[in-house]
Amino acid sequence: MSLDWKRWTALLAAGLLAACSNGQDSDTDSVASDDGDDADLVRFDLDPYPSTYTPQPSDTTLITGATIFDGVGNEIENGDILIENGRISAIGQGLEAPEGANVVNAAGRFITPGVIDIHSHLGNYPSPSVDAHSDGNELTQPNTAEVWTEHSVWPQDPGFARALAGGVTTLQILPGSGNLFGGRGVILRNVAARTVQEMKFPGAPYTLKMACGENPARVYGGRGSSPATDMGNMAGYRAAWIRARDYRDSWHDHWDDPDNNSAPTRDLELDTLMGVLDGDILVQMHCYRADQMAQVIDMSQEFGYQVSAFHHGVEAYKIPDLLAEADICAAVWADWGGFKMEAYDTIRENLALIHANGACAMIHSDNALNIQRLNQEVAKALSDGRRMGLDISDADAVSWFTSNPARALGIADETGSLETGKRADIVIWSAHPFSTYAHADTVFIDGAVMFDRASGVQPISDFDIGQIGEGDD
Amino acid sequence: MKKLVTLLAAGAALTGAAAAQDLAVINGRVVTNTDQGQIENGGVLIRDGVIVSVGASIDVPDGIEVIDADGGWITPGIFAPVTQLGLIEVGAESSTSDSSASDSDFSVALDVEDSFNPNGTYLATSRMEGITRFAIVPSTGHNLFGGRGALGETSGSMDALFDTQSFVFADLSQSGASRAGGSRAAAWAFLEAAFGDARAYPGRYSSGHGDALGRYDAAALVDVVRGRIPLILEVDRATDIRRAIRFAAENVPVQIVIYGGAEAWIVAEELASSGIPVLIDPMRNLPSSFDALGSTLEAAARLDAAGVTVAYTTQTASGYFNPRLLPQHAGNAVTNGVSWDSAFRAITLTPAEIYGVGDQYGALAPGYLADVVVWDGDPLEVMSAPSHVIIDGDQTDLTSRQTRLRDRYADMDDTTPFAYRD
Repeated sequence: MSLDWKRWTALLAAGLLAACSNGQDSDTDSVASDDGDDADLVRFDLDPYPSTYTPQPSDTTLITGATIFDGVGNEIENGDILIENGRISAIGQGLEAPEGANVVNAAGRFITPGVIDIHSHLGNYPSPSVDAHSDGNELTQPNTAEVWTEHSVWPQDPGFARALAGGVTTLQILPGSGNLFGGRGVILRNVAARTVQEMKFPGAPYTLKMACGENPARVYGGRGSSPATDMGNMAGYRAAWIRARDYRDSWHDHWDDPDNNSAPTRDLELDTLMGVLDGDILVQMHCYRADQMAQVIDMSQEFGYQVSAFHHGVEAYKIPDLLAEADICAAVWADWGGFKMEAYDTIRENLALIHANGACAMIHSDNALNIQRLNQEVAKALSDGRRMGLDISDADAVSWFTSNPARALGIADETGSLETGKRADIVIWSAHPFSTYAHADTVFIDGAVMFDRASGVQPISDFDIGQIGEGDD
Repeated sequence: MKKLVTLLAAGAALTGAAAAQDLAVINGRVVTNTDQGQIENGGVLIRDGVIVSVGASIDVPDGIEVIDADGGWITPGIFAPVTQLGLIEVGAESSTSDSSASDSDFSVALDVEDSFNPNGTYLATSRMEGITRFAIVPSTGHNLFGGRGALGETSGSMDALFDTQSFVFADLSQSGASRAGGSRAAAWAFLEAAFGDARAYPGRYSSGHGDALGRYDAAALVDVVRGRIPLILEVDRATDIRRAIRFAAENVPVQIVIYGGAEAWIVAEELASSGIPVLIDPMRNLPSSFDALGSTLEAAARLDAAGVTVAYTTQTASGYFNPRLLPQHAGNAVTNGVSWDSAFRAITLTPAEIYGVGDQYGALAPGYLADVVVWDGDPLEVMSAPSHVIIDGDQTDLTSRQTRLRDRYADMDDTTPFAYRD
């Protein structure tokens, strides 16, 4: 799998198509050398809605004396973090404050990387949930790989600010799960903005939402059309991958030899699927049952693509070996279930068991309230895991809401951990983040204070302004 | 097997043998919910299912079974005031759902006792998290009345309901207004007319029809109109809550309880002086609808400060599956400004009082029925869990279908096929 967002960025910056075959990085130069040499070469813009995100101004800041969980398994007592130019420039004990640095005393408090939610519908199913706001699922045909959910995201959803107060600095907005192919997801910085472009995570890969099981079968079966069953779901995906493969081959033939191969007709749906086959678009697959996930793993091998993460994964604890073998993460809840048959076998130890058995595990919210307390959700899963005898450290469990979702989103080089050079996405917690009583005191995004409980720094969306609840958390 | 246990218990009762154990729970922080407050290190003595003493030192009779809390917490069982436990097994499968009846001709007359399934698997998962008592609230269907609710316990007994026809539920929020014809005015007119029908029952029905309700529904509303059981009204918007307060004043002796109450804090003073209790979810803080623009994490503390009687719900979680999250919701009330004692009372004694059983449940005091939970830490901390759950003086089983699944898949190296494991 190619999750190299930097390469992606470089190609975008060059205005080039990512023509690298099978996700290998060997073709970049040759495509670049084609550029301008051949007048008949047809290219198209992969990034027509580019990120215009600009970090807020930040001070050189030294945070001192905290218990730091770095997001990649380490706990530092009495630790310091230095932020310079919006990035983490040092982490450790006894750091020296540069001249003129802002010093934040965090003694007795706790620090984690900014919380990352890999599964949110903020903006596409925003509050208030009125008819006009149901913008998350294009339930008009089972394959809507052509829609991009960023075109549905309403930046004024008051939920973004509530999530920020819970420490969320990065989140993935996904289309709904009523379709086999729901469309592209988008990865956002959790910053209040007028436009989605101002929130888009610079250089982050695109993602594709797919869905297993009951939802697509119910939506389309209920209309007397396909898919109506699990086997119909599989047939629908496979037929689409076959078309996508032909489409990709046509483009690659054209790029390799434009004189003898004309360009195919652009197809938005197949553009997205081609991006998956080329390893540039990451598959985020809604799947509950163990047997369904196993079918999808086989399908991904049949067509040569990688599933990045199974979402919901209520039965992932039954197949951690298969997940580890296929290098697929599972994004799960702590304790939801029962709402449909494929969620019936939920257990509270799911997250801990996936992790303990060597697969990549993480929490997700799928909900505008849970996203505000992903630290508590992780705490519940961790305590249940420990109670059954699993030996998991606090520091490892912090990865469930930080570095592991960053990995499954292809942005781990940039965020999700407190390491030198990473974006300074940082939460200072008033108490241990696994305590119910912990508040996010201060939330930094790219080193800038975007939320501070004590001083009242917080965004208020246009929707909230002038309403009864304005300014309340 | 559960049937067998029930038969044995019934047999024991017939022969006069004590079914409930005598138990002493010792060596923990005792939360009494009485003037005794919290006892840093104490215990509780239970005889014949009833608490006989609570204190820093209790006399433990020889031979009695002793549960050592090992420095943990000893509390009354959690009382979840709004649930649909035992009404729904799988949400999306209507064949497993008995929570509402849109196609029925009846409304108030619908009695959840006839729908409740004590073998639903979420009784055990709730019990394991310290929930011992709960109210079952039916959803609305035919009109804005949901029907008559009941009170149950989570032991797994086939006789889990200890009080039935305990209250009536009605939705006077925007969704109730929609059901009533399209406006709040229509909803309140319907409620007024329904009360008129119940007041005139049975006379009105000997010669004609009711204005709003059929005969059976009017009969079922009589206890509400006479103030014998509460009417739980779902309302969120501040103005709707004021309307409910006025309705209560105009319909003495009706007992109104507000459920939802997103904007109750805005009319907190009026609620406090009217004595009307509020059932709120302290974690509800999104403007989820135009009725609830005032939703805030501060609501619980503001209501508390104004002296409103408040019990907590898990309204934002699934009502049939996750009432077990109630301690987490109460903990978040503490995080947002409510005192610990007040928040804990809001999930134990206060709901019991709202349902008229606060002299039997919700406190650790002599004479109270012995619902006692031993926790391995502060019960409002998400990482704590019960080590023992005692209901009516009996220790209960802390396993569930979920823990069985967990244990079956715990060991990936075992070569026994999964279906042949326990």
